[in-house]
Amino acid sequence: MSKTASSKETKEKKETAPTGIGGGSIRDALLVPTLAVITGLIIGGIVMLVSGSNPIQAYGALFAGSFGSPSAILSGLQAYFATGDNTLLIKSIYPFTESLVTATPYIFAGLAAAIGFRAGLFNIGAEGQFFIGALCSAFIGYSIKDLPMIIHLPLALLGGALGGAIWGMIPGYLKARFGAHEVVNTIMMNWIAFRLSDWLLKGPMQASNFRPVTPNVFASAELPRFFEAPLRFNLGFFLALLAAYLVYWFLFKTTLGFEVRSVGANPDAAKYAGMNIIKNFVLVMSLSGALAGLAGTAQVLGVDHWVGQGFSAGYGFDAIALALLGKSHPVGVVLSALLFGFLRSGATNMQSVAGIPIDIISIIQGLVIVFIAAPAIIRWFYRIKSLKIDEQTVLTRGWGK
Amino acid sequence: MKNTNNQTQTVQEQRNRISYGMTLLVVGVLIYLFFGINTTATSQTTFSLNLLGSQAIPLSDLVLPAQGTIYLMVGIVVFTGAYQLARGVKSTGLLVGIIAFTFIAAFLTWATQDKSFNLTGMISSSLVRATPIALAALCGVISERTAVINIGIEGIMLMSAQIAVVTATMSHNLYVGLILAIIFGGLIAAFHAYLVIQFKVDQIVSGVAINIIGAGFTSFFSSKYLQSATDTLNNSGTFPIISIPVLSKIPILGPTLFENNIIVYLMLILVFAMHILLFYTPWGLRTRAVGEHPKAADTLGVNVNFMRYINVIIGGMIAGLGGAYFTIGSVGRFDELMTSGKGFIGLAAVIFGKWNPIGAFASSLIFGFADSLQVKLQILRVPIPSEFLLMAPYIVTMIVLTGIVGKAIPPAADGQPYEK
Repeated sequence: MSKTASSKETKEKKETAPTGIGGGSIRDALLVPTLAVITGLIIGGIVMLVSGSNPIQAYGALFAGSFGSPSAILSGLQAYFATGDNTLLIKSIYPFTESLVTATPYIFAGLAAAIGFRAGLFNIGAEGQFFIGALCSAFIGYSIKDLPMIIHLPLALLGGALGGAIWGMIPGYLKARFGAHEVVNTIMMNWIAFRLSDWLLKGPMQASNFRPVTPNVFASAELPRFFEAPLRFNLGFFLALLAAYLVYWFLFKTTLGFEVRSVGANPDAAKYAGMNIIKNFVLVMSLSGALAGLAGTAQVLGVDHWVGQGFSAGYGFDAIALALLGKSHPVGVVLSALLFGFLRSGATNMQSVAGIPIDIISIIQGLVIVFIAAPAIIRWFYRIKSLKIDEQTVLTRGWGK
Repeated sequence: MKNTNNQTQTVQEQRNRISYGMTLLVVGVLIYLFFGINTTATSQTTFSLNLLGSQAIPLSDLVLPAQGTIYLMVGIVVFTGAYQLARGVKSTGLLVGIIAFTFIAAFLTWATQDKSFNLTGMISSSLVRATPIALAALCGVISERTAVINIGIEGIMLMSAQIAVVTATMSHNLYVGLILAIIFGGLIAAFHAYLVIQFKVDQIVSGVAINIIGAGFTSFFSSKYLQSATDTLNNSGTFPIISIPVLSKIPILGPTLFENNIIVYLMLILVFAMHILLFYTPWGLRTRAVGEHPKAADTLGVNVNFMRYINVIIGGMIAGLGGAYFTIGSVGRFDELMTSGKGFIGLAAVIFGKWNPIGAFASSLIFGFADSLQVKLQILRVPIPSEFLLMAPYIVTMIVLTGIVGKAIPPAADGQPYEK
């Protein structure tokens, strides 16, 4: 295994030699993801065309739905400065802030998958961890009364992170101790989380007898919002950015982070160097779970204020897509989360204006993953000869190895 | 050297013997505490053995004294546990089987006391519910035996399910839908194989992409076309039940095995066909060689990548058949995300069944059983939330993966691309 890996590396080095060291590395790092997204959008457009819609109109609606229309923002600003009336302005920036709101859980979830990839672990269970985190934070949010915000909010955030961490830690431990593959175990944990939440939402955590949802959290546990009523832009977004910075710091500036990356790059070598594989697996899966839990927490405390069934649908796979798109680097993850946020948020507008189902975004996302994972397709498609293939992050190693 | 090896082995064996024995005793106590105490001495449990509308020769109902049956189960477990502690039983599978059987039997007896429960219906619906899981698992087995992990089974099944129902409705012929679903499954699997063999894309990443595209595409198509044109596109009817003459008259076995639709029969045939193919033909030997040691196989003149392509495509066709089950095999219409994780459960069944067709089928039956048990228990109104029973198969899978019930060893090269 190590032999094939090393031969692969030398092969890649040979291919990359003409580009020169460090020559246009940022360009190369951005080239494949950008082309992948563009290609995904083009193919998405073809699907729209085949299904009888106008892709230009659709993407126009997508853009308007995600950024807002520039002219509306301008006239809003004029009205605000002229009369001091901000209703037009608020209305015009609504799409943009809504995209940031949508991107918030994506940042957390993408970081969760990315930190796993860095250690060679495939956390496909972000969806379950997301749900459990949301439930834990909602529970703390609605069950404890009369706490000042400065205690209640951090407590709820912590609870959410802890819930997710436990949900991630179990597969991590099973992987480290018994070699049980985390892909299957995190999927199993997902289903356990769904069943558990079914029961909780119909029983102990149900608000009233009519709908399987939790009660609303108290205002003291809500993430504060920056603007008036229709705008839901809240502190969660900045917490997500902070988390991205912390993950960066952890992975690249601490000894522990170095260990994690070493274990990911080559577990045998890491073990030989005296690193504790078990500890690292458990640690990374817990951190990954905590981040996924925070994704759910940010959604509950910042946006919805309650949890219902099917709350976490789709976040698990999106998290993986985000990490792949962002090359498992925190900065890349933030950028791709913003992209996904804008796509998803704009797609709602696209659905109502152009009549194109929102699921087109999933198709585009899946295609983007394919192109990112197989840069050779992009290279072939765009006839790029001297594209530097950067070091491949080890993603998985079969079952239980 | 050899001696110490033997010694550690015996120490390990002894430890296993004691831990299994203790587990059995604990299970005995648990059965007594959960079910024995709560049962009154006079109550009776009725198990009906006849399936409504079946051709089988009717049997009289099985009426059991509830408490007596539960105590008998406790007795069996405790006796086995004691024997295990004293002598040791070689087969761990047997022990696990005894634990599962006694616990489920005691549970059912307790749950149905003073009521009636249709045992044959339960077994028959377990097989039906196991069908898509088993087909997904067979797809996983045949792909992974050539060392290609296919995690995209869920997406393949979803797309095939949709293709099947739409083409069947449009052509007014269920077999058209079935065949197209199988072909389509093979095509998507070929795409997966192309990505992982030609471009050496990470196998799990490619599978995930297939799942996302599958979910996205079917939902897109569904909300764009199917919802507005249900009758012309999404209403195919289902395959009729075929009763096999004579055999379907056998009580219990007849309605379970010999009164099913074509997809269930195909699944049963495939299980045994694949077992023979994998273990008793040159083809199977080559397949396994490619999965275990591709380099050696290559040296001996086996075309590694060709074997991988073919097997992954066959696997995809089987998954396509599994997809067809969801629509034209059971409800006759497509609903968004209707496979609901069955493909992933199938993957778990692959590992649970140790990459063996028959083992994978048996594991699928366990999942199918748990699935149908949950439905039946809602009817019986058992005072345990059904959600917890639904969790059981997932928890069992996780326990199995820890290797307590025998280590599951994947094909040695599983998940790795082959480079000369």
